[in-house]
Order: sequence, then C-alpha cells, then structure tokens
Amino acid sequence: MAKDLLLEIGVEEMPSAYMPGAISNLQELAEERLQEARLSWQQLKVYATPRRLVLYVEQLAESQPDSQLENRGPKKQMAFDENGNPTKACQGFARGQGVAVEELEIREVGGVEYVFAVKNLVGKPAQQVLPDILAGLITALPFPKSMRWGYFHTRFPRPIRWLVALFGDQIIPMQIENLVSGRTTWGHRFLGRESIDIADAGDYMQKMALHYVVLDQEMRRDMIWQQVQEAAAQVGGVPMENPDLLEEINYLLEYPTAFTGSFSESYLQVPEEVLTTSMIAHQRYFPVYDRTGQLMPAFIGVRNGDGEHLDTVRAGNERVLRARLEDALFFWNEDNKKPLEDFNQGLPEVLFQERLGSLQRKVQRVTAIALYLCQETGWGDPELVKRAAWLSKADLLSSMVYEFPELQGIMGRYYARNSGEDPQVAEAIFEHYLPRFAGDQLPQSDIGALLSLAEKLHNLVGCFCIGIKPTGSQDPYALRRQALGVVHILLERESNIDLEQVLRQTYREFAEVGPDLDEDAAVREVLDFIWQRLKGVLADHSFTYDVIESVMAVPTGHLLDVYTRVQKVQEFKTTDRFDDFMVVFNRSHNLSKKWEQVEVQVDALEDNTEQELYQQFLAVRSRVMVPTNYYDMLTDLASLRPYLDRFFEAVMVMVDDKRLKENRLSLLRGIAELCRQVADFSKIVQ
Amino acid sequence: MNFQEIILGLQNYWARQGCIIQQPYDVEKGAGTMNPATFLRALGPEPWNVAYVEPSRRPTDGRYGENPNRLQHYYQYQVILKPSPDNVIDLYLNSLKELGIDPDEHDIRLVEDNWESPTLGAWGLGWEIWLDGMEVTQFTYFQQCGGFDCYPVCAEITYGLERIAMFIQNKESVFDIEWVDGISYADVHHQGEVDYSHYNFTYADVSTLMTMFTLCEKEALQVADQQLVLPAYDYVLKCSHLFNLLDARGAISVTERTAYIGRVRNLARRVAAEYLEQRKRLSYPLLKDERLRKQVLTEEEAK
Repeated sequence: MAKDLLLEIGVEEMPSAYMPGAISNLQELAEERLQEARLSWQQLKVYATPRRLVLYVEQLAESQPDSQLENRGPKKQMAFDENGNPTKACQGFARGQGVAVEELEIREVGGVEYVFAVKNLVGKPAQQVLPDILAGLITALPFPKSMRWGYFHTRFPRPIRWLVALFGDQIIPMQIENLVSGRTTWGHRFLGRESIDIADAGDYMQKMALHYVVLDQEMRRDMIWQQVQEAAAQVGGVPMENPDLLEEINYLLEYPTAFTGSFSESYLQVPEEVLTTSMIAHQRYFPVYDRTGQLMPAFIGVRNGDGEHLDTVRAGNERVLRARLEDALFFWNEDNKKPLEDFNQGLPEVLFQERLGSLQRKVQRVTAIALYLCQETGWGDPELVKRAAWLSKADLLSSMVYEFPELQGIMGRYYARNSGEDPQVAEAIFEHYLPRFAGDQLPQSDIGALLSLAEKLHNLVGCFCIGIKPTGSQDPYALRRQALGVVHILLERESNIDLEQVLRQTYREFAEVGPDLDEDAAVREVLDFIWQRLKGVLADHSFTYDVIESVMAVPTGHLLDVYTRVQKVQEFKTTDRFDDFMVVFNRSHNLSKKWEQVEVQVDALEDNTEQELYQQFLAVRSRVMVPTNYYDMLTDLASLRPYLDRFFEAVMVMVDDKRLKENRLSLLRGIAELCRQVADFSKIVQ
Repeated sequence: MNFQEIILGLQNYWARQGCIIQQPYDVEKGAGTMNPATFLRALGPEPWNVAYVEPSRRPTDGRYGENPNRLQHYYQYQVILKPSPDNVIDLYLNSLKELGIDPDEHDIRLVEDNWESPTLGAWGLGWEIWLDGMEVTQFTYFQQCGGFDCYPVCAEITYGLERIAMFIQNKESVFDIEWVDGISYADVHHQGEVDYSHYNFTYADVSTLMTMFTLCEKEALQVADQQLVLPAYDYVLKCSHLFNLLDARGAISVTERTAYIGRVRNLARRVAAEYLEQRKRLSYPLLKDERLRKQVLTEEEAK
C-alpha cells in the first residue's frame, strides 16, 4: 500500500540564486534518506518558488518491508564442545543477540561453518519514521549563506514560517522551533490572502493553482518566456534571449504577468551595453530588439501578480528606468567631455591590491610585460601595445564604470574611439579582459591577445608571490579563470612562447613589492598552476589521462609543445607501430632505469648486434635532433625494435665485465632518454 | 499625501504596533542604523521595539542640488523589532497601506539584499523591497553588530522617505516633493545641498578633519575606559562622520581607507562590548518577562 507524501517548507522570500541548488539538493537528500529508511516510491519531485520549497513523493510505501537480520557468530567448532553442548562463547553470542541458543542456525561461509543469529524484523510504518526524516531534510539542506531569526537557533537562508507535512490525509507531526507541521498553507502573497487547508496530499497542486501559485518551476519558466515573447511581439520586436535573467526572474515570483514598457528614443544615443545593463542588472527587464537587431526603446518586465492595475505597474517601472537612463546619459556626456587618457590621472589613487599597490603601478608593470611579450611573439606594433597598455585601466575612473562596473573595457573601447585613439588600441582595451567567463570569446586582435596575457600573467605572478592562492572554493581574484584564459589564448593562437621565461620576466617586475617567494619558487608555482588548467583543457579535448600525465612528466615551459606532444602520442597510440615502440621503450628503460650515463664507448661495443643497434640509434638520433614532427619521431624510434630484439638475444647486459655492462647500460639509457623527450612512457597504460 | 503626512502616518502606524517612537539622535550619522537606538539596542537579550525618523548624511552623494535623485542629506524612517516577529512582513506591507499604497494594485517584490557595514562590524540578511520596480525599503535581519552575534535577532526596516514621497506624489525630482501645502523639499533643503556639496568636496579642511578624527578616537577610548557607554559612542559616530567627510574630500588614499575603516570598527566593537557588559550589570531591565530573564541569566552563568 502506498500514498502520496507532501512536505512544504513555507519561507519568506528566498534568494533566487539559491533555488536551483536547493532543488537538486533536496531531491538527492530526500532520495537518499528514503532509501536508507527502505521506503519505496514511484516518483519524487521537488518544486520551488520564492516562498516555498516543496517535496512531493508519489506513491510512497506505507511501511518498510519486513526483513531478516543475520549476524554471524563464532565458528561451529568453537561454539559447541565435543559432546555437542554450547560453549560459553556460543551462549554469550546468543545472549548478546537476544535469541535463545536453540534458535541459532548453522551456516557455511567460505567452506567454514558458523553459528548465525537470525532475527525477523517487522517493517515499521512510514508514519512512524517520516517525522524524523522530514525534519532531518530541513536541517540538513546546505545553502551558501543562512541566518537565524527571532529567539531561535535554527539556520535557513530566510525565516521558515510554516510547515505542511501530509502523508495521504494524515499529518506527519514534527516541529522546528515554534513551528508545528500541519495541513495549513498559504497561496500567493497578494492574490491569495486566506490560509488554505489541504485535506489530502493529492489535493495540493490543484489548491496551489487555484491560489495563484504556479508551483512547477519549469512550467513557470516556460510561461514567463512565452509571455515575454508575446509582449515583445506586440511592439513588433523580439526579446533578448538571456537564460540567466529568465532563471532569476523565475524564482522572484509565483504568478507571472509580463508587461511592456517604453522609454524615450533620446536615450538610444547611449551605448547599447549601458542600456541593456541598466535594464537587466538593475531592473530585471528583458531588452527588446527590432527585426534588424536594433535595440528598441522598449522593455519587458514581469510582475509577480495578475493583469489587474497593470498600467500602474507599467508607469511605475517606466519612471524608475527613466531615472536610471537619465543618469546613464549624464555619465556618458560627462565622460566624453575629456579624452580617455585624462582619466589616468586618478590611477595612483585607486588600489589594486594592498601589497601590490595602486592601479598606476599595475599599469606600469603590465606595460613592461606586454612589451616583453610583443618582442617575443612579434605580435603588434610596440608603440600601439604600449599605448593600449597605458590606457587599459583608464575607464575604471570614468563615472559610467563607477556606476556599472560590469562595463569595464566596453566603455574603455567607446571612450578610446571617441578620443581618436588608434582602432587597434580601442579594441585591445576591450579585449584585454577576455575571456570573462567560461566559454566567453577570446581576444581576436594581436594587441588584445598580448595585453590579455600580460594582465593575466601579472595578476597570477603578483598574487602568488604575496601568498594569495586559490584554496578550495576561495578564489577572490579569479586566478583559476585567468590561468585558464592564458591556456586558451596561447592554444588558439598556436603560440610556442616559453612561458617559463615570460614568468621569470614578469616576476622581476614585482621586485619593489618584496615577494614572499623567490623567483624559482614563484615561477614553479604559477607554471604548475597553469599546467593544472592545461590538464583540464586536455581532458576536455578527450585526451586520456595516461597520455596527458606521461607528456607532462617531461618538464617544459612551452605550452603549445605540451599540447602537440599529447596530440601526437595519443594519435600514435592507435597505430600498429605503437606496440613496437613500447617494446623499444620498455626494454631499454626497464633495465637502465637507475643508470645515468649515456656516453657510449665505441671500442667497448663487442658484439655486432650492439654495434648495429648503436649505429641505428645514432641515425635515429641525428634525424630527430632536427626539430621534427613528434609522430615521425616515435615511428622512427619504433624502427629500432628488430635491432634491440637481436641485441637482447645475442648479449647479456648485466655481465660481470664492468666495462661491457656499463657501456651496454649507457646505450640503453640513450635510447630510453630519446623516447623520454616526447613523454615518460612508463606512465602509459597499454 | 505630503511629506510630513507620510512621516506622521508611519509614526502613528508603528506606535499602534507597540513601538516606542523615539526622535532622531543628535550626532551626525550615515544611516538610522547608527543611532544608538539601533546599533546598541540590537545587542543583548532584551526585547526592543522602536521607530524613528533619522536624518542621514552621505557627504560623497552630494550633487550641488543638481541631481534629481541624489542628496548628501536625506531622511530614513527606521523601525527595529526585536525579536523579529513571525508576521513582520505583513506588518510592513500593512504600513504601506497606511500610506495609501495598496499592495494589490502594485507589484511588490522582495529581492535578496545582504547588508554589511564594515565600519560597524555589522551584517545581516534581507531584501530590497521593490515597489513597481523602485527600491523603497531595506529590510534586514541583523546577524551581527559590533562583531557580536545578535541574539535574539531583530528585524530592521528602513524606509527611504524621499523615494516613497516621490512615488506617492508622482514626482520626477526629489526637490519637487511637497513637504506641506505650498512648501517643497527644495524650499527646505536645496540651499543646504548646495552649501554642503561645496563644503564636502572643496572647503572642508583636511588637516583639521584629520586632527579631529584622532582627537575623537582618543576621546572615545578614554571615555570607554570609564565604562560610559553612550558618551563613548558619540565619539565613535563623530569619527565615522569625519571619515566620510575626508573620503568625500578625496583625502583618503585607497591604502589608508582600509586602515581608517579598521579604526572606526575597533571603536564600535569596543563600545558594543562595554554596552553588553553594562546591560548585564543592570541585569537586563528590559527583560520584563521574569521567566525569560532567569533563563538568560542562568545561560550566561553556565558560560
């Protein structure tokens, strides 16, 4: 027999950003706890609105199944004496298990007989175990930030105000602080004023719908998007597709009604990004575009309520947006009154980081790093690089970026263009922040890429050398993202610049700071940190871990080289030459592992198989000394196999004659080392 | 409804809810939270329900009376309900009705907002309350004050009076608010905005202010040593305001900024600790419920 279970946690408006996590956490936690309690069910679903978190379990078993508990005791021969009487050990075991000696059973485990206590457990009714389970769910749910309220000690993101817990038509009694579970709930905060009694869990959904609560978040999201599109269509436009905004709005309301508002066309002279940021970030409106992709002087808001008095709501929202856009227009005009370069006067007054000093110092260091990179890569005109680096942070001092920090770089590009800077400089100012998030675009221009690398390497080295490193979930300077940016930029541009040298150069810019780490340590730590991100990228590209690990075991400062070797080893691994190669590597490596010499004395090569092997080895080595394709190099090395096989058939390596033995070890070591220029193949899983 | 009717409406409403109607505190401060009726009373186990208007100063927000939405001196209406009652949001929504704002005819939204004051060593969780897209109120459940956990937790409701007045009177500029028949907000405050903007941004004497800051800091500590809580707190407020003035004047470099905030926070912590000690010595006179008081006292003994 089974019934539906309903748990509704009634709360004051929860932070919308918490809700997607809360849904999956409650789902997992509930499944886990019900499974532990051996209660079966048909379907388990979690619903969330700002005011309620709901667990609904369809057809939950009314009781746990009966079960047998079997406990193993002593071996049979220890449990009974030669006369078949129970020993003390046996009696003790039975007493401990709460069963009579006569009830003990003999069972065989792995060929040995033991006594067993077998107890039949009658399953408990769900009604009896559910109170603890449900109360436990509420206290165990994790949240990013939680609080206390009133005189209570319980923590939750916002105060809990009511609890509904019904199993069929029965209340599951439990208490959290002053709240006792019952069957009384509330509808929409404004449209459903009266309290509602739920007779049976099965009535809940219908009652919610009746009292203006669209409970199912997916249904609600679809409803909002549908309405937003229709509202935009009414003014002949399409809404901006913005899943994050849609998700946020979805958890800000229980009953959506979209409405269209408009603003004066005169504000369209302000850059589009400013207008959309104001609409999205400050007011949670959807911007609207016309059929040609031009921003329209309109917005779509979504109200938490029905269509009544919608004109009042629209007018209020239009007024608020007008005030914001008026501010934006003012900032735009003010900022454009002086050239971008003039904003740099404020740089000494803005702190980048307490120990690393002002933004002015940062800009100076970034300029030096960018110029070094420019010289190493040959990207861009050094004069323009210098100019772009010098202006890269100027917009942080503008009124607009002070008001809209998320427009950094974007405003810089506008102001640079308006100040008559070179278009490459303007573009680089925008691009040096890229990529801003996972999957964001990468800088496309040479100077943009250069400046982006310089800024990121500056931040990585600077932070690391004063002890700021990401730990666990703590990464206040977003160093992981920046290291990942470095990896993506270098890979995309196929740059084989020596990162280690760049990091050394970068480190030297921080001498004035008095770093906690010396140069070698700082460079090693940052390089390791970047390599960790590279590993992730390689794994995302479906390279296998053994290949990645084996390549990375060969130290280098060249990121692209690592990537190429991984790619080639992976490719080579699938060919028929791979086995030969691994034989060459393993046979030469295993024996000579502890040998460090590679100098071979020609006159000590006795046997003609070893002479032949040595000749072939020299030939391969001379071919691969010239920078070559790793794939060809591995194929070439694989061709040593027949010579190596003949060598091992003909001679013993570990002979008594020290001179012969050492010479042979050196030959093998030489071959192994040549293989290890590509990767440490001992880490390869064959 | 004119400006003073809005204030009177709120006074009457919260008086009916059992709040003490206090008056503004007579030392400059950045927000109603800094009034001792909030900052100190939020600490310790005693219940406390209060409401008051608070003139608040934010020197950096001065715009010479030219911006329709920004002021360096404005009014907050502050309510503290300690412990936070179960129906606190309904109490708030009903107060809007008192101002003629029927929630059914508007879109009212509670949008997550976490409040933190580094200078006061205080933080709490709550919302911005949006009325048809306009933020009109800050609602916070205090979790810590002066670095001490708040227990019980109070609810703080802070109305932006000018915003609400602009909403009710349908004005585009704060200066157009009708204070009372024929007298506008501009008539009362515009020249002050102009004068203070000039003072805050240009004429405030930096070395005088810095000297005053150091003197007030010294005085706060000296007075706190005598366990004179309120006089010590006055000097904390003065330090805080002097810091804001120096900040507006552009006299505090970014590096020094953190240090100044730390200095004010230390003073605030010190006074908060003295206040807690003092209330304990008085054995919590506002804990009128004998049973509760005994429980609190026994719990403290146990610590």
